[in-house]
Amino acid sequence: MADRILKTISTRGLKNAVRGSEYKREALISYGILIIGYIVLQLGAVGGLIGRNLQGQFVPICVYVSLAVSLNLVVGISGELSLGHAGFMAVGCYSGVLMSRILLPHIGFEPAIVLVSMIFGAVLAALAGFVIGIPILGLRGDYLAIVTLAFGEIIVNLMNVIYFGFDKDGKLKFAFNHAIEDIENSDRIIAGAIGATGTKTMVTFTMGLLLCLFTVFVVLNLKNSKQGRAIMSIRDNRIAAESIGLNVRKYKLTAFVVSAALAGMAGTLYGLNFSTVAPTKFNFNTSVLILVFVVLGSVGNIWGGIIAASILTVLPEVFRQFADYRMLTYAIVLILVMIATYNPTIKARVKAVWTKINPVKKKDKDKGKDKKRKKSGKEVA
Amino acid sequence: MKTKFTKFMAAALAAVMAFALAACGGGGSGEGGDAVLKIGSTGPLTGPAAIYGNAVKNGGQLAVDEINAANADGIQLSWQAEDDEHDPEKAVNAYNTLMDSGMQILVGPTTSAPAVAVAEKADADRVFTLTPSASQAAVTEGHDNVYQLCFNDPNQGTAAAQYILANMKDKKVGVIYQQNDYSQGIYEKFKAEYEGAGNKIVATEAFAKDDEKDFTAQLNSMKNAGADLVFVPIYYTPAANILTQADKMGYNPTFFGVDGMDGILTAENFDAKLAEGVMLLTPFVASAEDEATQKFVKAYVDAYGEEPNQFAADAYDCVYAIYNAFKETGLDASASTEEICDAMIKVFNGGFTSSGITGEEMKWNENGEVDKTPKACVIENGVYVQK
Repeated sequence: MADRILKTISTRGLKNAVRGSEYKREALISYGILIIGYIVLQLGAVGGLIGRNLQGQFVPICVYVSLAVSLNLVVGISGELSLGHAGFMAVGCYSGVLMSRILLPHIGFEPAIVLVSMIFGAVLAALAGFVIGIPILGLRGDYLAIVTLAFGEIIVNLMNVIYFGFDKDGKLKFAFNHAIEDIENSDRIIAGAIGATGTKTMVTFTMGLLLCLFTVFVVLNLKNSKQGRAIMSIRDNRIAAESIGLNVRKYKLTAFVVSAALAGMAGTLYGLNFSTVAPTKFNFNTSVLILVFVVLGSVGNIWGGIIAASILTVLPEVFRQFADYRMLTYAIVLILVMIATYNPTIKARVKAVWTKINPVKKKDKDKGKDKKRKKSGKEVA
Repeated sequence: MKTKFTKFMAAALAAVMAFALAACGGGGSGEGGDAVLKIGSTGPLTGPAAIYGNAVKNGGQLAVDEINAANADGIQLSWQAEDDEHDPEKAVNAYNTLMDSGMQILVGPTTSAPAVAVAEKADADRVFTLTPSASQAAVTEGHDNVYQLCFNDPNQGTAAAQYILANMKDKKVGVIYQQNDYSQGIYEKFKAEYEGAGNKIVATEAFAKDDEKDFTAQLNSMKNAGADLVFVPIYYTPAANILTQADKMGYNPTFFGVDGMDGILTAENFDAKLAEGVMLLTPFVASAEDEATQKFVKAYVDAYGEEPNQFAADAYDCVYAIYNAFKETGLDASASTEEICDAMIKVFNGGFTSSGITGEEMKWNENGEVDKTPKACVIENGVYVQK
């Protein structure tokens, strides 16, 4: 009964109920993009069409795609602005790297190490998300954004003073705020401002793809579940949602913690792809970068985020030919793309082309679009 | 108006996409064949650390141009520097870009964290690597093909102790170090070398935080022990506080720092006059009067309009060291990257020496660490003067 009321409160929930095909379409496109992209890139790499530069970015692209999809859960589906996503990535990265070094002497099969490390990274990141989520999820909008930003900074500062390593007997040692004394360089795992060091890299593109698929699977299923509809109804009309007895804090926390756990997994994958990762990687810039992926891919749109994350990761590398003007070109292109994506004229053109290809759904689509636009207009006002 | 704008946007985006596709298609070509030895380099050319990467880029270019102009042995070099933004992820991308364009030898990366990440890749690909300035010990560790031209962090401690033993043997030495990765490593090596020679450090004190303000306890300990030389292997910010407080106490020993001390003259809220008489180990002083340095500084100023720093000098020396070693291998530039790597490792491990502006008769051990005579300078009238 409550579920049906929920569907009536949430505009998108309603849409889901009326047209269950919406979910299927989104899932189909998201999985399709990932799998086709994977096949094309793999074939290109095997066939020698793709250079080493792009091949080296396969795993980072997967990491950023996962991060964008998981942040979309908070920003798009739960409707909260989070500027600390890189913080959860950092927790996952460090704990995953730590776990991989502990397991390395005991397990020979590397994918198993990656899997266990990733689960460990996800658990600790989820824990961080839980601990942080409890006090701050009462806040809304800009206030939450600022608090999450501060959280991200705290994480980077903590990373700067954490030391892990093995002593001479192979025992795990931990030190806070000072280096571990009497330790071989190669036995250091995490060394303060130097970061995670001496990591054995063991990630493949296939693992990256699996992580992306898993992330999309979790987010889409959550979105389409009873909890997901509750989360979206809170986003769309908090008072109405509360009035039917929804526990707002619980549902917001669910989205936040799941998003943190997924970011933690992506962080582990990132950490195990490079032999060193410095804490500065996880600063405010990375959080904003992930948010840019989400915004450019259209907030709430899973496959849009996948495409945006892939293109924006590759773009700075493509511009290497501009030498000194590389980052400038990247920034200008970003501005152009942002303007173009949100230009109503261009949007109308794209829609016109789309309806030409796909004339049957025209009426249906237009209705949905209008409703959405009215809705967002209200939110802005 | 609007349609015009739209058309412009469409055109701009189309152009960008075309560029993107064109660039994606490239790669995998260019290895061997031509008689130019392709040297690649990575460093931060953009972002907050850009000053280091650009110095390396320019210093290396200068050396390559000189060698090509002289054309003494028929060996021609090419130089390609890529931006790594001081980020390991981007450094791996930059390295892969260089590999795509057929790099045979790597001079870089410029900074430590990117160097640790790239060293692993270069080891797997068998690319001979000589980094000008990445000073962490972990850069060369476990890689037989990675060498450093700068002293690594801990070895600065050894070098400082050797210098003090050779030139200021009768001073009573005290140490103030910071409990961080950089300082602690230097202190331990310094202690081993100095006390190994039968001398005794009269007092040792440590502190933890970067922004530590109060050093009276540490300075009193030095003063009571009668130390007249205080070794401070720390960064210039805490060093500035130490100098200020020592002056207030009326305690005036010789302070002796390492490369982290570089920058003391421009430290914030610090009276640069207090730095008079401070000594530091630094591989390069632009005001040095020897002929090689003067020639390099003049050429650099002519080419780039600014005075070179230590990173430029390191890169300049790297290119000459590679050139000299490559001549000894007897290979020509069409050799494969792996052949060059194996041959260069043999030369570098086989007693090869190269002289440059950051050190005379530099030689390398099998761990890739450099051995060269440390150069010390003293701050006099607000400038570094070489001792």
